[in-house]
Amino acid sequence: MNKTKQLFASLILTALGLGTAHADYTLNLMKGVTKVSNDIYDLHMLILWICVAIGVGVFGTMFYSIYHHRKSKGHKAAQFHENTTVEIIWTIIPTLILVGMAIPATKTMLELNDIEKSDMTIQVTGKQWYWDYKYLSNDIHFESHLDEQSEKTHRTKGADPRTVPHYLLNVDKPLVIPVKKKIRFVLTSADVIHSWWVPDLGWKKDANPGFVNEAWTYVEKPGTYRGQCTELCGRDHGFMPIVVVAMEQADYDAWVKKTSEQQKQKPDLSDQTREQLLAHGESVYLKNCVGCHQIDGAGVPGLIPALTGSAKVTGKWENLDGFLRAGTSKMPKFDKLNGKEFAELMTYVRNNLGNKVGDELQPKQTALPDDDDE
Amino acid sequence: MSEDLGKKNVKLARKLVLVAAAMFGFGYALVPIYDVLCEWKWIERDRPDAIKQVPIAAYKVDLAREITIEFMTTLNESTAMEFHAEKKQLKVHPGEYHTVNFYAKNLTDKVMVARAIASFSPALTSRYFEKIECFCFSEQTFKAKEAKTMPMRFVINPELPKDYETITLSYTFFDNTEIQ
Amino acid sequence: MSAVVSEHDDHHADDHHDHGPAKGLLRWIITTNHKDIGTLYLLFALAMFFVGGAMAMVIRAELFEPGLQFVDPAFFNSMTTMHALVMVFGAVMPAFVGLANWQIPLMIGAADMALPRMNNMSFWMLVAGVLLLASTLFMEGGAPNGGWTLYPPLVLQPITVGKAMPFAVFSVHLLGISSIMGAINIIATIFNMRAKSMKMMDMPLFVWTWLITAFLLIAVMPVFAGAVTMLLTDKFFHTSFFNAAGGGDPVLYQHIFWFFGHPEVYIMILPTFGVASTIIPVFARKPLFGYASMVWATGSIAFLSFIVWAHHMFTVGMPIAGELYFMYATMIIAVPTGVKVFNWTATMWKGAMTFETPMLFSIAFVVLFTMGGFTGLMMSIAPTDFQYHDTYFIVAHFHYTLVPASVFILMAAGYFWLPKWTGHMYNEKIGQLHFWLSVISVNILFFPQHFLGLAGMPRRIPDYAVQFADWNMISSVGGFIFGISQLLFLYIVIDTIKGGTGEKVSDEVWEDAAQHSLEWTLPSPLPYHTWTTPPTSVPTEHVLDAH
Repeated sequence: MNKTKQLFASLILTALGLGTAHADYTLNLMKGVTKVSNDIYDLHMLILWICVAIGVGVFGTMFYSIYHHRKSKGHKAAQFHENTTVEIIWTIIPTLILVGMAIPATKTMLELNDIEKSDMTIQVTGKQWYWDYKYLSNDIHFESHLDEQSEKTHRTKGADPRTVPHYLLNVDKPLVIPVKKKIRFVLTSADVIHSWWVPDLGWKKDANPGFVNEAWTYVEKPGTYRGQCTELCGRDHGFMPIVVVAMEQADYDAWVKKTSEQQKQKPDLSDQTREQLLAHGESVYLKNCVGCHQIDGAGVPGLIPALTGSAKVTGKWENLDGFLRAGTSKMPKFDKLNGKEFAELMTYVRNNLGNKVGDELQPKQTALPDDDDE
Repeated sequence: MSEDLGKKNVKLARKLVLVAAAMFGFGYALVPIYDVLCEWKWIERDRPDAIKQVPIAAYKVDLAREITIEFMTTLNESTAMEFHAEKKQLKVHPGEYHTVNFYAKNLTDKVMVARAIASFSPALTSRYFEKIECFCFSEQTFKAKEAKTMPMRFVINPELPKDYETITLSYTFFDNTEIQ
Repeated sequence: MSAVVSEHDDHHADDHHDHGPAKGLLRWIITTNHKDIGTLYLLFALAMFFVGGAMAMVIRAELFEPGLQFVDPAFFNSMTTMHALVMVFGAVMPAFVGLANWQIPLMIGAADMALPRMNNMSFWMLVAGVLLLASTLFMEGGAPNGGWTLYPPLVLQPITVGKAMPFAVFSVHLLGISSIMGAINIIATIFNMRAKSMKMMDMPLFVWTWLITAFLLIAVMPVFAGAVTMLLTDKFFHTSFFNAAGGGDPVLYQHIFWFFGHPEVYIMILPTFGVASTIIPVFARKPLFGYASMVWATGSIAFLSFIVWAHHMFTVGMPIAGELYFMYATMIIAVPTGVKVFNWTATMWKGAMTFETPMLFSIAFVVLFTMGGFTGLMMSIAPTDFQYHDTYFIVAHFHYTLVPASVFILMAAGYFWLPKWTGHMYNEKIGQLHFWLSVISVNILFFPQHFLGLAGMPRRIPDYAVQFADWNMISSVGGFIFGISQLLFLYIVIDTIKGGTGEKVSDEVWEDAAQHSLEWTLPSPLPYHTWTTPPTSVPTEHVLDAH
């Protein structure tokens, strides 16, 4: 069935002269990789076919009538205007069909809701505009941003998205989970409402500020599964993808070990060349600042101040440093960055985006004594 | 249009205006109705009892059951704080009293008034999670750069339905300084 | 079957009514004549249809290819938000109010609306509301861009909405008051001004559906006004209705909004049903099938609309009991809606059909609205909605129920009644061309969006992954054709007002139309004042089974 549809679709596309070669587009819902997502797929198909059957019946009757009962063919209008039996039948039969749909739907709904007896819990926090993941059992904690290549491409006029692998569906650090484990997600938000959706897992769930929502998954087979935020959350709503990598338990354990160690490592505070500082600084900027201040540092007139030519940016670096760490009511604090990243970011914004202070800041200058605590 | 009919029209219009006004009021009435509905047993939304203080009760400790409590801490938007639970998780028996400390620090040079909002997963467990003492009962005032260790004392009501094994307790700190 | 006895021109005998319209521009500002106000509403709605349509063109242009080409993401969000607000509150709702103004008094044998001065006020308040909303486009920070649903906390965020938020709220208040006044007027007209010879169950279905719609408006517009007022006080007066920090809950807003929002959907579709039920019998040359069941189905749909709101919120984190209840309640709506579709089909069955432009649009409405209904049924299933929610699947769904449904029927109504109102026949050839272009392009525009949604494309995004590129491009092409085709309609409206084909239309306009409804017994073009003496008997053909 699927093959036929795809063939049909490619025919249309080719006919329209648009037949670009995308092997991975689909016309239908994906089956996904969990039992729930498969159940949902089956439900979807069941109801789709019921609708198709009803449609064929109703539209068939209508088009038969349109063809045969026309004045131009000399058909004389009948004058009936009611038929109680028929009216009762077409009230009762749909009701029965609905009951037939409600039963499997209820089963699947109960299954989706059964969050008990899970093996691990992952906290998902939506933020403008990235996801923040925290493994409640082992303290692994990281942010998952849109990958740099997509970030640069969508912000640059004329850049070709087709050259970017998984354009807008790729992140710097994916969420890693083990297969064949029941994983419970607790979702919340730090600002506005977001919604976490990976189609292959079969559900989406809103992340509401102040409250937690829960959901679960049990992935059967290892793989990379992609999704996006689905609740309008402001300007960069379209740019906060989700990538879940499901691994065999052994691989997962190795990942946990490696990631925990990395997390404990102190930032490397050794000196860097100017080029290194600027290059790393750009990465930090793309992750943390670009969403508001834009790729050229111009900000948004009336809403977001420009960094280009800003006295705050080009003034004494100590003041800028303090400002970034504390934040204001309009700008979040960035104390989550370490001393190394502060040096890179400040060097970048002071010597790029149209600014030319001409200095360079080394990690040792900007590191605080308690940066080690991170 | 005859005068009678005119009067009749105005009379009906007045009644309908009253209906519209009543519906405006109904919009506001939905706010308390929502709270009442949330307290209904079959609705598992965890407000408003999530912040309610409960008197100490003498529960029989159910040693046969062990519940894992996970703590989840979030800072809303630009709340310039450091905030975390002293423990990631805790295994408890229903009926047993426990205290967990939360650490919070104001990172700004100004006084900050912040409010911690509690939420539970699964939501239904909120009504069995009884707090004797909590920093979430009221707004917390932090002096500039002040750090606080704040205790939260609680008990799990042994009536907690058997299916529940893990409870995630979430606190989100909101900076309310500006709306004081 | 009908024996209408009336003297159309007897108002000449009555000095009190013996004046035509005021001269010049002033006529349109101070008019209290239901026909003038109907015209104002319809022309304003048509203008807003093109304004909202232009916004849709911006959206489709940006989505033509992956990557950001034309607009900034925040402006894109403003466009989706404003497109929805302008189309819902500026185009579709006012267009139906305009039709009600023209047609209800004609169809029930009333000389005018019950409260003519309020009628004038509600129109100008609508204009003020829409202008206020449009003015936000030129404000620092741009127009509202948090979606037409105005969900907090997003809509309260300074970086998201700039300075527009209070203006949008006041605009909603004005639009709300205008709609409520319109609704009150319609109810009073139907109850008090109806010809004595017309019983409730004699009323044409258009009048019935509008009566029910008017009650929906009075019930829910104030609730929406309340919700946005709470937003306003949360933002400026430190209340905490929707702010978790103060003990509120942002999800509460969604409950209140959709308590309004779901009936709102039916406010736009029930009069659509009414017009379709008026047009199809005329061109099938048969009485409407199941008049009484149509009335009851309309009533049940209206009632159900109040108890299903949270099906817009299946993923918000509701308790299982809530999810199941809202799923079952929503599924039930399929029954009365199905009855309507079956009735229209049965009306056509064994008729002697002709296919003038109004009939073509009506048939397209039945088919395409039913398709929108099918996807609606699919989305009523809560677990599958976990996949469809907030994707292009739902975008396709509600556009199928609004564009080839409400908008097509409004076009059909234009073709159907313009000859009566103006006394001139429209150009049938151009009408048919307009129909075929519209019906083909609307499907090229919206059908691929089903595929996009199922393949995983979220709604309200300005840029998308490369695998969505082909269908988006096709959809945009459909959108541009559809947009341009509507200029034909504009041309036809102007052309018909100016004289059309030059063919003089009969009083009935359409063959035997006078057997179906009262307005066709009046002269064409309609005199400025009609039914100064109420009709003494009414056509009963369409209501035979009610007796």
